[in-house]
Amino acid sequence: MNTKIILLLALAANGAAIAAETEVSDSDRIAQYREMISDGNPADFDEMRGEELWKTAAGPKMATLEKCDLGKGAGVVKGAYAELPRFFKDTGRVQDLESRLLTCMSTLQGLNTEEITAQPFATEKKPSDISSLTTYVTGQSKGIKMAVSVKHPKEKEAYEIGRRIFNYRAGPYDFACSTCHGASNQRIRMQDLPNLKVQKDAQGAYISWPAYRVSQGLTRSFQWRLNDCFRQQRFPEPKFASEATVDLTMYLAVSANGAAFAGPGLKR
Amino acid sequence: MNAKWMIGTALTASLATLVLPVQAVESKLDAKTIEIVKRDFQDKGIAKADRVNQDALQALCSKYGNKPPLELKHKIEKQQQAAIKWPADDKYMGDWKAGEKLAQSGRGMTWSDKAEDPAGGNCYNCHQLSAKEIAYGTIGPSLLHFGVKQGNDLDSQRYVYGRLYNAKADNACNNMPRFGHMKILTEAQIKDLVALLLDPESPVNK
Ligand code: HEC
Ligand code: HEC
Repeated sequence: MNTKIILLLALAANGAAIAAETEVSDSDRIAQYREMISDGNPADFDEMRGEELWKTAAGPKMATLEKCDLGKGAGVVKGAYAELPRFFKDTGRVQDLESRLLTCMSTLQGLNTEEITAQPFATEKKPSDISSLTTYVTGQSKGIKMAVSVKHPKEKEAYEIGRRIFNYRAGPYDFACSTCHGASNQRIRMQDLPNLKVQKDAQGAYISWPAYRVSQGLTRSFQWRLNDCFRQQRFPEPKFASEATVDLTMYLAVSANGAAFAGPGLKR
Repeated sequence: MNAKWMIGTALTASLATLVLPVQAVESKLDAKTIEIVKRDFQDKGIAKADRVNQDALQALCSKYGNKPPLELKHKIEKQQQAAIKWPADDKYMGDWKAGEKLAQSGRGMTWSDKAEDPAGGNCYNCHQLSAKEIAYGTIGPSLLHFGVKQGNDLDSQRYVYGRLYNAKADNACNNMPRFGHMKILTEAQIKDLVALLLDPESPVNK
């Protein structure tokens, strides 16, 4: 174990203590925290775990993921997330990072998609492989400008359908994403709500995930964020890496174009 | 046939070829969206997959980005209004203390709630209500001193009861849930909330 890891472990423990102190306001706490982790974020652990998974032979085919094509050619991870979702010729579909990872894990490693998606999100008890892999891959786009294309007709269609899903009202409360994220300067209780129809807010929201959640002591993926918003929307659960989530992600990613990707981030 | 008329027809024809495909593409995308949503959601806890099926109002508001043509808007508001179940006893004011508890509770109907957990009103999620509670949301207008401004005669009571039972009867695509219509709250709970808003003793009116 190198010193950086030890330092991070100590900081993570500290973070939990800070999170327990409810008198401190969220923004104070995050400012404090930012200072503490100026040379590291507990999300780094998850990133390292993902890198390990990427480079370790696994599955019936005992292969690594190092030949996975995330859109910029086999094995290119750097900058790949900043251009996802995109259309892939080999599958004939628009894919986001998660659905593309599933393709690679099944074609290269021979893994069963249902088994991989049985636990798509980390819990306190158990990390999630697919979630750690996304932390690793997204980290390789840090500082790179979001440049998601809608040139291919299928990309354009995914964007259009994603926009419709964003505005799709249903369920016992008649909510859509736009109910909570369709106007500026609104909040639920004390939680500020980004207006995801406005570029600046959409950029800030998109580029900051995945994130280490101080309040949960876990690194959370962007897909977890969407999933939990569907929960608050009183919707049923979106199937992991389904077309509905890919299209919604496409809409949000395009809205974030032009901003430098900043994840894995840190949230209250 | 004069030249002007001919140009006119030509223009209309070319406009038609421009406009029609756009509409066709739009409605094809609408249909595909619904197909995808119906396929890609699954039951989780009490939140069953069929919750994505829209009623007429949800479909209308989604299709027009919450700004449907006035004629359609008024038509659906009338339908919603007609479906309100008014209390048989013609009484509307319950217990404001119970109402305040309901207003504070933000729980209910998510997949992490249990079937036996009663739903709250979520009112503070979206509204300022009493001066004491500073942790309020701003999706809806402030209701501080609502009863003082509104008065609490029978008309006001009926207005608020109807508003809570079905907020869409007044304004089809607004962002407030239909608490009675969707069976989130009972008649007795809605009366408690009417009292919270209108009773002069309630913290809302202090
Ligand atoms: C009932 C309210 C509600 C609905 C509906 C809702 N959200 Fe959220 N959303 C929130 C809240 C509250 C937060 C902030 C949580 C926090 O800061 O802890 C949030 C945060 C987010 C964020 C992260 C913002 C950031 O900067 O970290 C994104 C992205 C997001 N929501 C997208 C969506 C999408 C897409 C949908 C529809 C599928 C949706 N939300 C539906 C309440 C909602
Ligand atoms: C998700 C957001 C949301 C929730 C939850 C919510 N409201 Fe509202 N409420 C609104 C919005 C938005 C409006 C404005 C509607 C309009 O413009 O037609 C509104 C309007 C109202 C009005 C009418 C105000 C007037 O000036 O006539 C009343 C009364 C009201 N709400 C009470 C409540 C109560 C009581 C609860 C809890 C049981 C509640 N609301 C829950 C969003 C909400």
